[in-house]
Amino acid sequence: MIKIANVSKHYGDFKVLTDCTTRVSKGEVIVVCGPSGSGKSTLIKCVNGLEPFQSGEIIVDGTSVGDPKTNLSKLRARVGMVFQNFELFPHMSITENLAIAQTKVLKRGKDEAMDKGLKLLDRVGLKAHAHKFPGQLSGGQQQRVAIARALAMDPICMLFDEPTSALDPEMVNEVLDVMTELAQEGMTMMCVTHEMGFAKRVAHRVIFMDQGRIVEDDKKDVFFSNPRSERAQQFLAKILHH
Amino acid sequence: MSYQWNWGVFLQPSASGDDTYLGWMLAGFKMTIALSLTAWVLALLLGALIGVLRTVPNKALAGFATGYVELFRNVPLLVQLFIWYFVLPELLPASIGDAYKQSNPMLQQFLASMVCLALFTSARVAEQVRSGINSLPKGQKNAGLALGFTLPQTYRFVMLPMAFRLVVPPLTSEFLNIFKNSAVCSTIGLMELAAQGRQLVDYTAQPYESFIAVTLSYIAINVVVMTLMHKFERRIAVPGYIGGK
Ligand SMILES: Nc1ncnc2c1ncn2[C@@H]1O[C@H](COP(=O)(O)OP(=O)(O)OP(=O)(O)O)[C@@H](O)[C@H]1O
Ligand SMILES: [Mg+2]
Repeated sequence: MIKIANVSKHYGDFKVLTDCTTRVSKGEVIVVCGPSGSGKSTLIKCVNGLEPFQSGEIIVDGTSVGDPKTNLSKLRARVGMVFQNFELFPHMSITENLAIAQTKVLKRGKDEAMDKGLKLLDRVGLKAHAHKFPGQLSGGQQQRVAIARALAMDPICMLFDEPTSALDPEMVNEVLDVMTELAQEGMTMMCVTHEMGFAKRVAHRVIFMDQGRIVEDDKKDVFFSNPRSERAQQFLAKILHH
Repeated sequence: MSYQWNWGVFLQPSASGDDTYLGWMLAGFKMTIALSLTAWVLALLLGALIGVLRTVPNKALAGFATGYVELFRNVPLLVQLFIWYFVLPELLPASIGDAYKQSNPMLQQFLASMVCLALFTSARVAEQVRSGINSLPKGQKNAGLALGFTLPQTYRFVMLPMAFRLVVPPLTSEFLNIFKNSAVCSTIGLMELAAQGRQLVDYTAQPYESFIAVTLSYIAINVVVMTLMHKFERRIAVPGYIGGK
């Protein structure tokens, strides 16, 4: 589904990504972790072309992301993305947030888009809030709406960039529950997160990044029982004792 | 030597015979309004476009927009007005230039004033629009693009609606400025409010009444604009959204 091959990216002399290679198969859930500044966000944004990269290749469902001939908008419409800061559109009601890309990008009818939006809103447990605005919801609620908004496009896979790290602790689980359910339904997911409980529960593989490199790319059990690199061991020790 | 107040002066028939001096003032008032409003509409449209261009990834477009803003913001308004009114007609191809110079002088004054005020103000509007766009969280653009919007769609549906809400207060003060700046156009003979005031002094020797009336008229315009813009601001306010100063 997603193939990342020898991807490198630099800003001037500064290497953000160095020779990253991995893949995500259909229905697979991958967790990406690593210290701050290690390039996790950059890598995941390369997957839907929000960040350009200088060398290597990324193929999403048969389409090359780096190819200048690729219609990126069309590709992105099929790849859902959820951000750390939710990024709902503050001037639109929740229903409008859910419907706008369906109508403007997928050219669905208003009613169809509304129906679909409300169904997904119900699914994330927020039907009662349909007519509110993003600023009137809690962070956890906003993030659940953001997930519903991405799902409304019927994505072939979902990218998450630290979806819970801007949330108060008591709201983390409501978002993780939605993500867990999604994973169990077979959604292909690439999640940057430090929620190791989530990783243990649903991930198939864990990728550990450090200084722009993929240092570790293991089956979940291997990663948690005996990570190969010292760097990952240290990281795990720190994060699990938290 | 004491000043002879005479508020009745406005009701006296004017020197031109077919009107009162109040009629002169009203004509000036209307001219100021007509000039400022048309120039403002143009300035908003142009300024929005240029402000957006300053933020796009395309270097050539962004560079052009930067040059535009620097040009119209840094040359004094009065100099720009003289260029539009005196210099530009000379630079036109002879046939068009001559036809223009033979047209109604009032029309010439009005057109030069309108274009001058519109372009001068558009550069200032562009700066506000640009700063509004740049003050949006960067993730908003990414969120729009990630949903499959094209860049123009992302501007149209995601960034501009919020950016414009953020810049309504500074745009209000630009809107007020354009009325005040329009007084400069009296220097090329346009008979707007300030010019009528001065003419009234020449004919009636009642400077206090005349300029008090002019001043009150500008204040009245100010009050009306501010009231309307505050209403507008409240109407477009986003529920639950804080941070837009
Ligand atoms: N526009 C830029 N110019 C220069 N350096 C940048 C730019 N954007 C990001 N970087 C650098 O690239 C590196 C990787 O950034 P990235 O956001 O991918 O890290 P991350 O792993 O997601 O970190 P975090 O956990 O803090 O989100 C960082 O060191 C950052 O400073
Ligand atoms: Mg990050």
